[in-house]
Amino acid sequence: MSAPTPTVAVLLDTPATELRSPVKELLTIARSLGDVVAVALADPSERVVSEAAAHGAQRLVVVDPGADPALTPVAAEALAAVVREVDADVVLLNATFENKETAALVALLVEAGLVVDARPDGLVEGRLRTSKRVFAGTWDVVSEVVTERAVVTVRANTVVAEPVADPRALEVERLASTPSARATAASLVSRTVHPVSTGSRPALAEAAVVVAGGRGTLGDFAAVEDLADALGAAVGATRDAVDEGWVEHDTQIGQTGVTIAPRVYIGAGISGAPHHRGGMQASSTIITVNTDPEAPIIEISDLAVVGDLADVLPQAAAAVREHLAGRSR
Amino acid sequence: MRIVVPVKFVPDIQSDRRFGAGGRVERTAADGTLNELDENAIEAALRLVEALGPEAQEASEVVVVTVGPAEADLALRKAYQLGAHRGIRVSDDALAGSDYFATAAVLAAAVRSVGDVDLVVTGMAALDGLGSVVPALLAADLGWPQLLLARRLDVSDGVASVTRELDGVTEELTAPLPVVVSVTDHVNTPRYPNFALIMAARTKEIEERSLADLGVDATTVGEAGARTRVLTAAPRPPREPAVVHVDKGEGGLALAAYLIDHRLV
Repeated sequence: MSAPTPTVAVLLDTPATELRSPVKELLTIARSLGDVVAVALADPSERVVSEAAAHGAQRLVVVDPGADPALTPVAAEALAAVVREVDADVVLLNATFENKETAALVALLVEAGLVVDARPDGLVEGRLRTSKRVFAGTWDVVSEVVTERAVVTVRANTVVAEPVADPRALEVERLASTPSARATAASLVSRTVHPVSTGSRPALAEAAVVVAGGRGTLGDFAAVEDLADALGAAVGATRDAVDEGWVEHDTQIGQTGVTIAPRVYIGAGISGAPHHRGGMQASSTIITVNTDPEAPIIEISDLAVVGDLADVLPQAAAAVREHLAGRSR
Repeated sequence: MRIVVPVKFVPDIQSDRRFGAGGRVERTAADGTLNELDENAIEAALRLVEALGPEAQEASEVVVVTVGPAEADLALRKAYQLGAHRGIRVSDDALAGSDYFATAAVLAAAVRSVGDVDLVVTGMAALDGLGSVVPALLAADLGWPQLLLARRLDVSDGVASVTRELDGVTEELTAPLPVVVSVTDHVNTPRYPNFALIMAARTKEIEERSLADLGVDATTVGEAGARTRVLTAAPRPPREPAVVHVDKGEGGLALAAYLIDHRLV
């Protein structure tokens, strides 16, 4: 007798606009695990409905959370209502700070096991296995969720998002949730969204290529930004650079800032303090530019250019642009 | 005002961190320390108390609580050095292997046992597990509102207000006390311990509590109650040494060539 196909719920961030790449990755992972139910906490745009379908969602449940879902306990109670309604075995969320809170509270409400920032590998005898890289990328840990339900937050760039060959037209199913008194005990006075990407640059957390600058920039990020633009990359920074006020807080890579795992990380003028390494060490290829041949970041680099970033980065940017121009001719 | 600050004893991030038997993180007195981000929470709590008038200050206390073995006293003593007034360690053999939910439930029981608590202030994450989920779970267990990831915290007239910093979003939130607040590493710069406090911290009493003292059922915590279990934990092979290119005027070309040769552009 074969086990029933598992049901996997995926929270769609930003339902009102378009699906961001990490959510498409979640849908891609979800359909490798079972039947996919996409969940939106606000009315989805037509674009979101078609993108969810294109990435393998078989159902779309829109739940009215009954209060502002920016309050994560409100979001959690709404998502938990869907989990119970569709009897989801696995719940996947993109690993943002707010989603980690939501994930924890959903797991508490539906008595699920919780794994934070891991890759779901599959169900073995009904139990979800996950793998996770910890201690700044130096250890691999495989875990099993022993409860019937599992909630997992997944980092961007864990898999490559793939559309399905035969998307199913989605009909919106509606549900309503009534928030508890505790969930609305905190009041949201104001909420300001500042763009996570600047102009045409991708968002740091989900970029495939990141160029980051540290103290060695001496506050001048022009060369970092120029190479980033040549590569279509996001711009990141160390905590030092953020604390100095050289760049926005949102660009901080590290254990307490944005944790990234891009295909390519290029760090310029960055010595490699433990906090920073913990936030980028899972990058596939690590390239560094530093005047100090003893900089700790060189230990984890694939290519280390020992030199002044003010010379190296513009030359690299020009060579990349020349290469790309040659390829498009 | 009574403030509880939950703190964690973690391996120093500069040390050789590893997993031991049963897939648990090894924490030893030799390379264990107070989780650095908890210093921001202690600092935030102390500043709230220090902002009060003399009489209210006299009636206030900052209580640090940790869940862990005897070695975790090191974390409490570091908190004493910074100025925490009381320290409680919850220890029980049954706690080994506790998951996020059990940890939060035990901390909630500890907060209730302290009694008349106005705020719980935590750090934004423990630098070993980096889950960042215990503060939300603790607030839920206590039935209190949560104000998390605060880079600003003010309390007046029984209301806490915070500026919450997320990736790409800034929120202003308020909630009536009692409340659970987590603070980021941008909220303040923790003070350095002064000599008198360092000396006093060595011998200052640490209160010990067992699960029975807190009324927590031992079967709901530790490995027995955990909803996840580690199957394998293995160190990754060390990376290949870097290709080092010393710039003699063509370092940028070498960088670009590396990207192009590896099909990364």
